[in-house]
Amino acid sequence: MQGASDAAQKPHPAQQQDSTGDRDALRAVVVGYTLTAVFWLLVATGVGLILAYKLGAPDFAPGPWFTFGRLRAVHTNATFYGFATLALVGLACYVAASSSRAALYSTRLAWAGLVLFNLACLAGTVALCLGYNDGNLEYREWPWPIRVIFLAALGVTAGNLIGTVAARKTEDIYLANWYTVGATLFTCVIATVGVLPWYQQGLGQVSVSGYYMHNAVGLWFTPLMLGIFYYALPKRLNRPIYSYALGVLAFWTNLVFYPIIGAHHFLFTPLPWWLQTTAIVFSVAMFVPVWGGTANFLLTMRGRVSDMVHSYSLLFMFVGVIGYLVGSSQGTFEAFRSLQEVWHFTNFTVGHSHLTMYGFISFGIFGTVYALLPLATGRRASRFGMAVHFWLALVGSFIYVISLSVGGTIQGLDWMAGKPFIQSVIDLQPFFIWRGVGGLMMFLSHVVFAWNVWRIAYGREPAPAAVPQASLARQAAA
Amino acid sequence: MRKMWLIFGGASAIYVVLAMLMGVLPGFALSKIAPTPGLEPLTPLEAEGREVYVANGCSYCHTQQVRPVPQDRVYGRPSAPGDFAYQTPELLGSQRTGPDLTNIGARQPSATWHYIHLYNPRAVVPESIMPPYAWLFETVEEPPANQVTVPLPEPWAPDEGVVVPTRKAEALVAYLLSLRQPPLPGTDGGTSAQRAATASDGMPHAAGSPEHAMAPEPAAPTGADYQYDPARGAALYTSTCAACHLPTGKGVPGAFPPLAGNTAVNDPDPARHVRVILDGLQGEEIDGVFYASPMPPFGASLDDREIADIVNHERSSWGNDGALVTPAEVAAIRRAANE
Repeated sequence: MQGASDAAQKPHPAQQQDSTGDRDALRAVVVGYTLTAVFWLLVATGVGLILAYKLGAPDFAPGPWFTFGRLRAVHTNATFYGFATLALVGLACYVAASSSRAALYSTRLAWAGLVLFNLACLAGTVALCLGYNDGNLEYREWPWPIRVIFLAALGVTAGNLIGTVAARKTEDIYLANWYTVGATLFTCVIATVGVLPWYQQGLGQVSVSGYYMHNAVGLWFTPLMLGIFYYALPKRLNRPIYSYALGVLAFWTNLVFYPIIGAHHFLFTPLPWWLQTTAIVFSVAMFVPVWGGTANFLLTMRGRVSDMVHSYSLLFMFVGVIGYLVGSSQGTFEAFRSLQEVWHFTNFTVGHSHLTMYGFISFGIFGTVYALLPLATGRRASRFGMAVHFWLALVGSFIYVISLSVGGTIQGLDWMAGKPFIQSVIDLQPFFIWRGVGGLMMFLSHVVFAWNVWRIAYGREPAPAAVPQASLARQAAA
Repeated sequence: MRKMWLIFGGASAIYVVLAMLMGVLPGFALSKIAPTPGLEPLTPLEAEGREVYVANGCSYCHTQQVRPVPQDRVYGRPSAPGDFAYQTPELLGSQRTGPDLTNIGARQPSATWHYIHLYNPRAVVPESIMPPYAWLFETVEEPPANQVTVPLPEPWAPDEGVVVPTRKAEALVAYLLSLRQPPLPGTDGGTSAQRAATASDGMPHAAGSPEHAMAPEPAAPTGADYQYDPARGAALYTSTCAACHLPTGKGVPGAFPPLAGNTAVNDPDPARHVRVILDGLQGEEIDGVFYASPMPPFGASLDDREIADIVNHERSSWGNDGALVTPAEVAAIRRAANE
């Protein structure tokens, strides 16, 4: 055994050289993706803050480039394709390489992807401010040439991840990579279907809008985030995922059910009734991957609540998992016609979209960045910094979601009571103010996040061992 | 490698099939739906206006879809598949921060009102949170002879000069005025807003149905049990009249006449007051001022009790002191007009 461990500790010099170079290359790539993601987070949520302010003070920042209708699309596209996409792709590269114990297939491809994603986001943002868009089609407003650049970035990413996984040392593909690679391949299809014009006239485009909106969140962000959870949680806890089989079940059921439910965004429209009803039925079927996946993560965390008290990365990831559960289940209920009748077109939906994209995806990104980036760079952020980030974000997002959920319900009830429309606007004002308070806290937490990421990337504090000493001792004693 | 083909290839194949089934094929089928009879494509100016609407993200606050649910009846008849045949990109919208606009051309046919409202919405709706679009207008010293000018109320008007719309504002307003639902074939014109539209602009409606026969039955008894409820009158005035005549009853000088101190409103004989609400008005002199912009008729969309409530609100507010009316009196004036 001694000889074997010697061999393990003293690899061939050439191999050692390569693996250090590979580690440096991977670190640079992940840092690059994360830093640009942080940049877009500050821009996108800064715009969000301006939008929130305008709803209470509509004469603020008049003029065409900052008018509400243009900034709204800037905010949604920059959070989706700037912040969330860049952060998740960077982490996916790290997960693919680390779980496969291989080098990233091509650092050049990774950098190309980084440039293409950022170029698309910059061009898209400027275009929207100048009034150029392909329609007020949610989350695909960038003019189509820019969306083609985004598609190219996706293709490059897919190739890189597949190449990395192909070079893996094990026969099995680690579950996380099923999700992340799958997400990239599916989204190439989504982006293509969303951009071709031949089946998008009038009501035809409405059905494609329903398809696109829901598939973008369910087959890009969702599996990408879940895949990274499947790596980061076991890594952080130093124990395997509770059930591999459950993870596989969630993968296939998510894939098969999610694409069918897009029409639930367009209930009560003249879309065919059978399309709407099918969407509702499968929205209920979504409980299978959502509750199954959540159970898998929570059971992986069983008995380790004390770790969460000491580890903010774990706490962020835990909130992300709960956000996934609550937000997705809320979505199922919103799909029922009786509840849609009250909530459709109200701010309740805005509360839902932030519970999911922030409570699930953003908290998940924060947690997995704090868990994995230090492993890549060997440096850490301060516990105090992560704590301030966490509590500002948590309290802020709670205020945000609760105020809009209550306000939105009142909006819907006002309309059902036949009150003059302007009454619903008046009734919403206090809730808009509370939403602004929550949003300000969330924005400030992002400034703290940016500082923490800087420390992990370029700071001077070395990262501790991946496993907290306390639980190692407990394992040894068990 | 086999595992990669199975998992990634298999998953992608499944996804492509689902994307075709749920996205592409429904798209093809629904793109071919014929337009609702009576639906006209947009004129070039209206199409330009639609582009202004899209460029500025109006859909993020305003929907253009009427649902088959009771609370949407105020916006028109439920939208039919053929209504969207000429609407690419689609503008159904997903939020009502502001009201639905499917029938805004019928509900608010005054271009002047739209110009003032776009310049700054709070000039006509004080609690509105809609953004101002003053940058779609210009302020000039001497407008050319045939140029449309925007008569802004006092606090909003520029210190010097006159506000005129740019081409983009004219196009946008033309587009907004084009937004009205054609009635579905075989119906008498559909719901209240739609009936108001067909009555006012001479668009074809079901043969053999005189306009006034479309008036709905009064909702409440018109006899001795009518009690004027100030809260109900105020709410009806807010939803129906305040956008032009303003919550203060002051109107907009040169555009919408004031109701405070208005001769017809204070007249002991309510006939003129009620007739104007029933039939609308345009191009007449009121208390010495000429008004060009149209007031739509409300005879088909409001019943006798609702009109009585509105009339009584106007007659008892802002210092007005006109004699109140009952629904029976409104019904009599309505009948007299038919003879």
